[in-house]
Amino acid sequence: MEYYINLFIMSAFVENMALAFFLGMCTFLAVSKKVDTAIGLGFAVIIVQAITIPVNNLLYQYILKEGALTWAGLPEADLSYLGLISYIGVIAAMVQILEMTLDKYFPKLYNALGIFLPLITVNCAILGGSLFMVQRDYNFTESVVYGFGSGFGWALAIAALAAIREKMKYSDVPVGLRGLGITFIVVGLMSIVFMAFSGIKLS
Amino acid sequence: MSSPSSSTLKTLVVATLLCIVCATLVSSISVSLKEAQLINKKLDKQRNILLCAGELTAEEVKDKENVKKAFAKIQPQIVDLQYGYVVDMANLQSDTTQQVLKDNLQNLETQLKAADEDTKKKLQQDIDALNTYIDQMKGIKAYMKVDEEGNLLSGTYNQVKASKDKALSIDVQDNKGSSIKTRAKFALVYLVENDDKKVSKIILPVRSYGLWSTMLGFLALDVDTTTIKGFAYYEHGETPGLGGEVDNKNWKGQWPGKKAFDSEWNPAIHVIKGKVDPKGKDAEYKIDGLSGATITSDGVSTSLEYWLSQSGFGLFLENIREKGFQ
Amino acid sequence: MSNENSVKNVLFGPVFDRNPIALQILGICSALAVTTKLQTSFTMCGAVIFVLAFSNASVSLIRHHIPSSIRIIVQMTIIASLVIIADQFLKAYMYDVSKELSVFVGLIITNCIVMGRAEAYAMKNNVTMSFIDGIGNGLGYSLILIIVAAFREFFGSGSLMGHSMMTLSTDGGWYVANGLMLLPPSAFFLIGLFIWALRSWKTDQVEAE
Repeated sequence: MEYYINLFIMSAFVENMALAFFLGMCTFLAVSKKVDTAIGLGFAVIIVQAITIPVNNLLYQYILKEGALTWAGLPEADLSYLGLISYIGVIAAMVQILEMTLDKYFPKLYNALGIFLPLITVNCAILGGSLFMVQRDYNFTESVVYGFGSGFGWALAIAALAAIREKMKYSDVPVGLRGLGITFIVVGLMSIVFMAFSGIKLS
Repeated sequence: MSSPSSSTLKTLVVATLLCIVCATLVSSISVSLKEAQLINKKLDKQRNILLCAGELTAEEVKDKENVKKAFAKIQPQIVDLQYGYVVDMANLQSDTTQQVLKDNLQNLETQLKAADEDTKKKLQQDIDALNTYIDQMKGIKAYMKVDEEGNLLSGTYNQVKASKDKALSIDVQDNKGSSIKTRAKFALVYLVENDDKKVSKIILPVRSYGLWSTMLGFLALDVDTTTIKGFAYYEHGETPGLGGEVDNKNWKGQWPGKKAFDSEWNPAIHVIKGKVDPKGKDAEYKIDGLSGATITSDGVSTSLEYWLSQSGFGLFLENIREKGFQ
Repeated sequence: MSNENSVKNVLFGPVFDRNPIALQILGICSALAVTTKLQTSFTMCGAVIFVLAFSNASVSLIRHHIPSSIRIIVQMTIIASLVIIADQFLKAYMYDVSKELSVFVGLIITNCIVMGRAEAYAMKNNVTMSFIDGIGNGLGYSLILIIVAAFREFFGSGSLMGHSMMTLSTDGGWYVANGLMLLPPSAFFLIGLFIWALRSWKTDQVEAE
């Protein structure tokens, strides 16, 4: 148990998708002007991340990994080169399914998250999460925790950035730095703050 | 300009064609490049070993031929850490050995039936031990590759993966907070032979935890099992400029010539805080600290202490000292 | 813009006037984590230019036959295939660099520039121009990547392309390496400052309040 809490903390804070690996930057910068929308997108990312990483994990373990096709009588097959295309396919499909499910059963949630879901397919944080999961060879439980943790970290970062940007409206920023320029510098400062989490280890 | 083309049939045809074209292209390229990739992977691993052990310099390993030549003198061996012996994998997996093990087991079981209460307990323990051993031998296969003739290749044994397998690993008891949680029961070591086919160096794998990453490295020892020939990490994720200075060639340069064990054969090598006074007491057991990276430095010390102790490679090294190489 | 389709404009426009990173906030994701060293950045740029140019060309080639309902997934498949090819080549011929790039080569798939150009340009223009547009946008992306990488490597490790330019104090020299440059935050600062410099030069790019 301790191990999983540790993994969660690691993936959410120390290895924050947005601030330590620069993943999901395009949406991170584009959709962080208002706190409400940022939180909505954050939740959508948590959900998608927590679903796609475990699903991709199963896909990798039982189909793509070298020797994974032993059950089908093909112990020699190594399909790991198909990883990229399969993961992005799974992500696109999952997002689509999630969208339809939400629309049918949770229309309220769908209205809140709906517009962000298609954006998420091309969010590098989602694909990045799956690729890191493969690279680090997580097992299924680890991948669930990792998916949840990394999504949570990303959501936290975008909500915080949106809050800062809302306040920044009142500050006097040099002309050339307005908008994107100052946002980058703020993100840099946030990234330094998140580095304070490094070395945190329970147990 | 785009034409309105949304009839279902056309959609299906386009999708199918696209899939076929992409699949053929990707698969054929991947298959044709596979060979080169595997060679690269193998070469990379060999380079790491040669670099860490100080066999070749950073310049020399760039040449493939050098690596090939140097590695020809290196024998991968699997060591059973519990007993400290080299395991002959090929022999163990052979039918005769398997048969012997089976016979032994049967023999013990027949004895068990006829035995009285006291011996029963002892026999049962023996049977359990033998069973675990047979299971381990079966389990370890999953972490190794085989060549064309079906022989297990010791050099391909993946001990980092095996250390996550409950059946093939043990918990690390004397965990001091900056070390690892489990270690594999079997370790892959490398023996460097000189021109007379005598072992001249022992290369031990070392895995530890630094500030925020698992660090993988090799420690090369002389045949006296205490003089260090080289030590380096080939994979870590420590902070560049601080803990990442384990890659600094000056820091790595201090290791050769130091002693791993004290006169009582207790692990003694450690990284201190600050600089080592070369004339000071016990300087041969001390390495300069990495400034600004106390946790990484401590991680190096505790992990070496662990791997050199009796729970690590201690028994194996002791056996070499007492009995030499078989 | 009367000569919007002249080769020169299509090729060099994206470098300064319509830089995908500085102006359109596209494709920053995968870019920054690989900028601690010049060599990895150059490789990454090469891979992106390759994928961008060929995905644009192939999408443009079949643009009349792509049914609009499966448009996005078709583009995605083409891009993903090209990225896999690039990745496989790197693994086979530049193993050391590909190890350092780790997952970031794969992340070119989700690089918004690639998708964005396929959708915005290649679906409407002919093959040659799309190809050139791909190279142009790739160059614009590369420009920022390489400037950032040059700064980070020079001040962070005192070297360029792995060759030592300033002797580090840890090696007995005079230069105390700026450790911050090797850490993620520095990339954000550098891009922020770069945008500032670019907008002071080309004032029409300044964002309205």
